[in-house]
Amino acid sequence: MSRISAFFTGWVLTMVCASSAWAQELPTPSFPVPWQLNLQTPASPVAEQLVEFHNFLLVICTVISLVVLALLLWCAFRYNAKANPVPSKNAHNTLLEIAWTAIPVIILVVIAVPSYRLLYYMDRIEDPELTVKVVGNQWYWTYEFPDYDISFDSLPLQDDEIDVAAGQHRLLEVDTPLILPTDTDIRILFTATDVLHAWTIPAFGVKLDSVPGRTNETWTRITIPGKFYGQCSELCGINHSFMPIVVHAVSPEEFEAWRASELAANDNTPDDANRFAALIQE
Amino acid sequence: MSTTATHAHDDHHDHAPKGIWRWLNSTNHKDIGTMYLVFSVVAALVGGGMSFLIRLELGEPGIQVFDVVGEMMGSEANQFYNVTVTAHALLMVFFVVMPALIGGFGNWMVPMMIGAPDMAFPRMNNISFWLMPPALVLLVLSAFMGQGAGTGWTLYPPLSGLAGQPDMSVDFAILSLHLAGASSILGATNFITTILNMRAPGMTMHKAPLFVWATLITAVLLLLAMPVLAGALTMLLFDRNFGTAFFDPAGGGDPILWQHLFWFFGHPEVYIMILPAFGIVSHIVSTFSRKPVFGYLGMAYAMASIGLVGFIVWAHHMYTVGMGVNYRAYFVAVTMAIAVPTGIKIFSWIATMWGGSISFKTPMMWSIGFIFLFTVGGVTGVVLANAGMDIAMHDTYYVVAHFHYVLSLGAIFAIFAGFYYWFDKMTGKVYPELAGQFHFWTTFVGVNVLFFPQHFLGLAGMPRRYIDYPDIFAEWNMVSTWGAYVTMASTVFFLVVTFFVMIGGRKSVANPWGDGATTLEWTVDSPAPFHTFEETPDFTGGNPAAHPAE
Repeated sequence: MSRISAFFTGWVLTMVCASSAWAQELPTPSFPVPWQLNLQTPASPVAEQLVEFHNFLLVICTVISLVVLALLLWCAFRYNAKANPVPSKNAHNTLLEIAWTAIPVIILVVIAVPSYRLLYYMDRIEDPELTVKVVGNQWYWTYEFPDYDISFDSLPLQDDEIDVAAGQHRLLEVDTPLILPTDTDIRILFTATDVLHAWTIPAFGVKLDSVPGRTNETWTRITIPGKFYGQCSELCGINHSFMPIVVHAVSPEEFEAWRASELAANDNTPDDANRFAALIQE
Repeated sequence: MSTTATHAHDDHHDHAPKGIWRWLNSTNHKDIGTMYLVFSVVAALVGGGMSFLIRLELGEPGIQVFDVVGEMMGSEANQFYNVTVTAHALLMVFFVVMPALIGGFGNWMVPMMIGAPDMAFPRMNNISFWLMPPALVLLVLSAFMGQGAGTGWTLYPPLSGLAGQPDMSVDFAILSLHLAGASSILGATNFITTILNMRAPGMTMHKAPLFVWATLITAVLLLLAMPVLAGALTMLLFDRNFGTAFFDPAGGGDPILWQHLFWFFGHPEVYIMILPAFGIVSHIVSTFSRKPVFGYLGMAYAMASIGLVGFIVWAHHMYTVGMGVNYRAYFVAVTMAIAVPTGIKIFSWIATMWGGSISFKTPMMWSIGFIFLFTVGGVTGVVLANAGMDIAMHDTYYVVAHFHYVLSLGAIFAIFAGFYYWFDKMTGKVYPELAGQFHFWTTFVGVNVLFFPQHFLGLAGMPRRYIDYPDIFAEWNMVSTWGAYVTMASTVFFLVVTFFVMIGGRKSVANPWGDGATTLEWTVDSPAPFHTFEETPDFTGGNPAAHPAE
């Protein structure tokens, strides 16, 4: 009983904490707070729907658990040996049995409708404006923009390289974060070179396995600029705990400037994709 | 009971073989059941000790336990942490829960409950058990071979392949599971034959006790699921040693194939662990409410349908591997459907209590704890069943919290419930009620403090199988570790009390629970005699155990 009420008060607290964190304009808009109880602040339409759907499920879960608890407590209070010395021999009630089969079915259907809508919505996107490819390695990530011929490794920073004063977090920082534009439909492709990994940014509602020999696909649309963190989410060996994911979400203009400077920096590599596109244009 | 009958019992006791050969060559279902239970306790000490180490490590950010432990074991901290996580899971699944529920209580109680003199194949029963210790030895050895098997209990390739784990550790783990699997298959055939053919005259399946039903369904699941695991393990063994490429994309294989095969076994496996628990809880709730089980047939067929549907939901463990969205949609539907028969069971237990005359003895407390905590674990299961929602929780501590609620607080609670329920019957001693109640309440508080905060950690985004975590997750991890201290203290208390009761407890009676206990095992002495029945019980005129006073 007290656990559940703690759950609820804590949940309210999280909401308050999360909103106050947002008010302070922290550089990490979705970073969890101490004693956090619920999902991170969403930063994409999918994540917003996930939070909404989870809050809906949480109510159903809590009500079901409380009903079961209440029934058990009532039995303990009303039908203990002292209060009810002679047990009834009743062991059947067809109507009751139909009810507790049918009502859960109805509850499940009520859950299934938003669940399926969300599932199909978050699956993939028809017309992405940008494609980024994520490659998992033991134990770092490689990012590629196939359309722009940009590719780089994102290596984790060790504990002694972390600058806490600058707002950096132990185990979560990388030397080169992934830069992505806000308000852009981004297709994300995943693969791996050695073992399974899983790339996730909880605030985007994105998590997918990187599988050697396969390419997986999902999408996101970032709504808030800032720094976002994730961690490898599929056991991948000795340093599984130490291959963080960092995304810098910037405005499309800033992203365009970054892309231009990156391309200028490695102009010795021919931009095949663009040249091919130009040929087709002609 | 007449003097002659008592005398005859003594005669039977005398026929029990003496010394070590009684155990090594045993064909007696009760002795084999006892060995399974002892084996399970030994494995639980190792597996539980490992979980305690894990919680100590995670009590605060940084690496402070496994650097020391790893060094002692001649391994590196991170790797030894993965090895510990892997071994903890494999031990708890294959060497604690299954031997206790199926090998232990199943062997002890099923023949007695159906009025059979023993299992159908007593010698096969012996080899079923004696395959387990070598399996355990191989598993423990795998932790010390080279780097140790740090692949997680799911053994996903390529990490479990040669590229990820080049030394022999994973081969040892595979062979260990092969032995344990062979043992399970032999045990399963034995249970199926026994239950289908050796029930007392007049005991139709629709009169069989629910624990017998549960064991039958479990055995069928084992028989169908274990060979799939064996096949997958063999393919992995060949990939590692004989140059095949079933799971290696470089040779035309696919790592996802392993996951399909593994979870086709792995999901029925979780029902294998929980169905006997359902059976035990049904008996206890009925006994201590002094009422027959509410909706007996519904209970039996709910278990059967859980078992059946359990075979077609496996890929809900794989929502993030990149399956097509329509496949995921299908698995959402069937997975959520399992909530219906599970709900029937929960409500039927409550309805059994409703109108009863309930005495809250230790086994009943564990069973009520089971019902509530299994409900909590069940509703988070419904959350996870949604493929969309699962994206946020997959491979986070939310999943860890969920499956510990249904297994650690579900299956293990039922094992304790069964232990206290049948303690008198198995040992002939009385377990002190106060000690049992103390054990229950401390464990109840401990495991909830331990596992409930893990929901919060998972929602906030903490991934599972991490030796070290960002400092922001420190608070709830600290609370969780406090829970581990309480649970561990409670378990030590239980072991000490049990030891002293075993060597010097008061003598118990045939039926310590009164007229609510209506299964056949309560009609014979405590401890149950070496040869159970003087004459075959006859159910043609009704349940001979329904009125033990007559």
